[in-house]
Amino acid sequence: MTHISLKVDGTTYEDDVEPRLLLIHYLRDRLGLTGTPIGCDTSNCGSCTVDLDGESVKSCSLLAVQADGGEITTVQGLAQDGELSELQKAFHARHALQCGYCTPGMIMAARDLLREHPHPTPDEVRHGLEGNLCRCTGYQNIVRAVLDVSEEEVKA
Amino acid sequence: MSETVEREVGRARARKEDAHLITGQTNWTDNIAVNGLLHLAILRSPMAHARIDRVDVSAALERPGVIAAFSGRDVAEAMGSLPCAWPVAEGTVMPDHPPIAVDEVRYAGDPVAVVVARDRYAAADALEAVEVDYTPLPTVLEIESALDENAPLVHSDKGTNRCYDYRTTDGDYAAAKARADVVLTRRYHQQRLIPSAMEPRAVVVTPLAASGEFTLYSSTQIPHVLRVLLAVTTGIPENKIRVVAPDVGGGFGSKLQVYGEEVIALVLAKRLGRPLKWTESRSEANLATHHGRSQVQDIEIAARRDGTVLGLKVSLLADMGAYLMLLSPGIPILGASMYPAIYKMGAYEFSCTGVFTNRTPIDAYRGAGRPEATFAIERIMDDLAAELGMDAIDLRRHNWIRHEEFPYTTIAGMTYDSGNYEAATDKALALFDYDKLRAEQADRIDHADTVRLGIGVSTYTEMCGLAPSRWLGEMRYAAGGWEAASIRVLPTGKVEVITGTSPHGQGHVTSWSQIAADVLGVPFEDVEVMHGDTLLAPHGMDTYGSRSLVVGGVAVHEAARKVVDKARKVAAHLLEANEADLDFADGAFSVKGSPEARKTIQEVAFATFASHDLPDGMEPSINADHVLDPETFSFPHGTHLCAVEVDTETGAVHVRSYVCVDDVGKVVNPLIVEGQLHGGIAQGIAQALYEEAVYDEEGNLLTGTLADYLVPAAPDLPEFLTDRTETPATSNPLGVKGVGEAGTIASTPAVVNAVVDALRPFGVRDIRMPCTPERIWQALQPGKEASA
Repeated sequence: MTHISLKVDGTTYEDDVEPRLLLIHYLRDRLGLTGTPIGCDTSNCGSCTVDLDGESVKSCSLLAVQADGGEITTVQGLAQDGELSELQKAFHARHALQCGYCTPGMIMAARDLLREHPHPTPDEVRHGLEGNLCRCTGYQNIVRAVLDVSEEEVKA
Repeated sequence: MSETVEREVGRARARKEDAHLITGQTNWTDNIAVNGLLHLAILRSPMAHARIDRVDVSAALERPGVIAAFSGRDVAEAMGSLPCAWPVAEGTVMPDHPPIAVDEVRYAGDPVAVVVARDRYAAADALEAVEVDYTPLPTVLEIESALDENAPLVHSDKGTNRCYDYRTTDGDYAAAKARADVVLTRRYHQQRLIPSAMEPRAVVVTPLAASGEFTLYSSTQIPHVLRVLLAVTTGIPENKIRVVAPDVGGGFGSKLQVYGEEVIALVLAKRLGRPLKWTESRSEANLATHHGRSQVQDIEIAARRDGTVLGLKVSLLADMGAYLMLLSPGIPILGASMYPAIYKMGAYEFSCTGVFTNRTPIDAYRGAGRPEATFAIERIMDDLAAELGMDAIDLRRHNWIRHEEFPYTTIAGMTYDSGNYEAATDKALALFDYDKLRAEQADRIDHADTVRLGIGVSTYTEMCGLAPSRWLGEMRYAAGGWEAASIRVLPTGKVEVITGTSPHGQGHVTSWSQIAADVLGVPFEDVEVMHGDTLLAPHGMDTYGSRSLVVGGVAVHEAARKVVDKARKVAAHLLEANEADLDFADGAFSVKGSPEARKTIQEVAFATFASHDLPDGMEPSINADHVLDPETFSFPHGTHLCAVEVDTETGAVHVRSYVCVDDVGKVVNPLIVEGQLHGGIAQGIAQALYEEAVYDEEGNLLTGTLADYLVPAAPDLPEFLTDRTETPATSNPLGVKGVGEAGTIASTPAVVNAVVDALRPFGVRDIRMPCTPERIWQALQPGKEASA
């Protein structure tokens, strides 16, 4: 067992974990933070994307011990005082989700994308999200939602 | 006077479902945690066909944290055989299908043993300690060789790989062919697809051992059907089983199933008296969740020189995989009525032979039989146009059912109630700028451009609203096709809609709220929709086959009308008026001529709750149930146009533009309709260009992960330009036709037609799906045959 300490969505946790425990299983099974789901076992689908120290990572591809000392934001930490983030609002307004399984990862990846490219072209949005699969939407409304947020920032 | 409330049906309401999904407050089956929960892991066969000589779980039982381990033989008696509800033809061969293999494994992925442990890691570790001795048996993997005289048998006790022969005809095809100027014969291959819903399957069973009661949570499309069949399969009384479909992360037919894992989890929870969870990994899903398509289609069309289609002959070989699952035999037969599509003709012959192979079982995948049918007819119509030197649109226009000819009974015996192919096509052509693209195509040919333009057409129709129960009976399906709805108006005026449909992304909560709000005249926000739990919504037939709106949504509409009828009696009594003298508008009853005398439906609901002053003898309730059995199918249609650029040096395909105009009848929520189309088109394009389940010659699945099986990502897909025409269905009071599968049905032939259109000048007349750069490049090499 290895002792780890990390902050998730603003709360600090300390735990002893098996070195092999995946970060996603730590979040889901140990912390009960089930908002981030698992869609594959080869890091292709991106459903489990979270933010670790300012970068989006696929939490199925990291061990919990690798996140030791880090600060994680999941989809469950985005809304502040009940106010949805701009991306969450845009996904809702644009019907950018159907079953919603990919949505947490998609929102986290889009957040990272906009951080790096605040005003992407539609093509840049598509390429920026290529590590996240969605089976329901055909991506069109996801792209629209991300562009909406980018345009909001332009206006602001 | 009250203001007229804006009608809900037709409004682009953002979904009620979204709030918990965008914040991570979800209830996926794998999220469920209960005290003492044990984890189940399944050992699967690494061989496509083998005799099981020995299974020894004793070493697994020694592993830390392992509670139990079983071979197939250990639990065979408690589990029965997995059900198939659709023996489509007399004499359909129905092999035994144990949830855990006992004597023989018949596909790579067939379960051979299970381990139950304290956590998922311990369970996975213990699988490695299970010892199994196999004797390999010869395999049959290809559909086309399954019926060879010396083919190995998937089920040796059945003596054949032939599952069934189904045949239907109308008109005299031989005579039509004899009169034809042109007869085209084609063989198309529907490759095997992996449905790939983003949420892998999961099951949780919580037993109440003392009273023999069980709650089974499953990532399923069919909680109601599942409950019935779990009872039949395990012998546990139906009224002791509650099935819950919590949040379900997509299905596309793959969760329209009674899976071995559901039976295993239930039986083992009963045996151990402990709650159990099984969660599928993606690699496991690719092996063990049923696959789709996998057909060889021989199609022949007979036509006159002027383009008039005289007859059609279709002969299918349909892969069942290793076992029959819930609907396996019926899937290709769902397409039987749809090959003639929107075209008039005098003769039609359809036959289908189902065959067993040593591969993952085949069952419903988005569209289920209908995409295959539409693909074949739309592909051969394009080929016929090329053969006759006609424009692809002109040929279709020459043959399709004209707007004024509806209702029209096709040669396949389906009566299409309404449609307007002219309007949808004209609109699509204008949006697409068809003539300009044709000019560009000609220009590129003239300049021998290395990048060629291809234009693909698909004018599809779909059979939605599964299904009239009598029709299902005639088709030998074991159950009916009705759907149930209940509506409760609570004392505070809030409304509960209980639906037997079981959504998993389609937005029923929002759409059903819109339907109920309109009929009852209550605010959209005041309606809650409950579903997916046999305790809350005890009566239902679930969600598949583009049935939910056309059957389940219409049931909600009819239940709401019954509520208004009941409320009218109470209102008339309270207003001291005759029922006939009451108007009902905007949620209130008023007396004709004296609008100040009014009672809102909320006031009526409270008065009924109090029941102090109801009409004599009236039951104190305005709540209502409705079970709707559709009288007929509905037939949405549309025109999809696709332009691709094909690089003749690399074989790469770029979808340059995609335009569709769909007519799904009356639209309840345009936002949701557009979303359904986007996702459907994406899945259809995926079949055309990217996806295929590939096996090696020993029957190992090579596309076992999302790294190998190419579910398209955002850069792989174009922007879709969608639009609509609206020709209401005449077969239901909402005028709705359904939209769940339209995009998938239409887009695959549109894309492949475009690819082939680009390559025709090189003598290519088919590319086998998926149309990969390699296949296209091969087809373009001088002296090589197109890989038809």
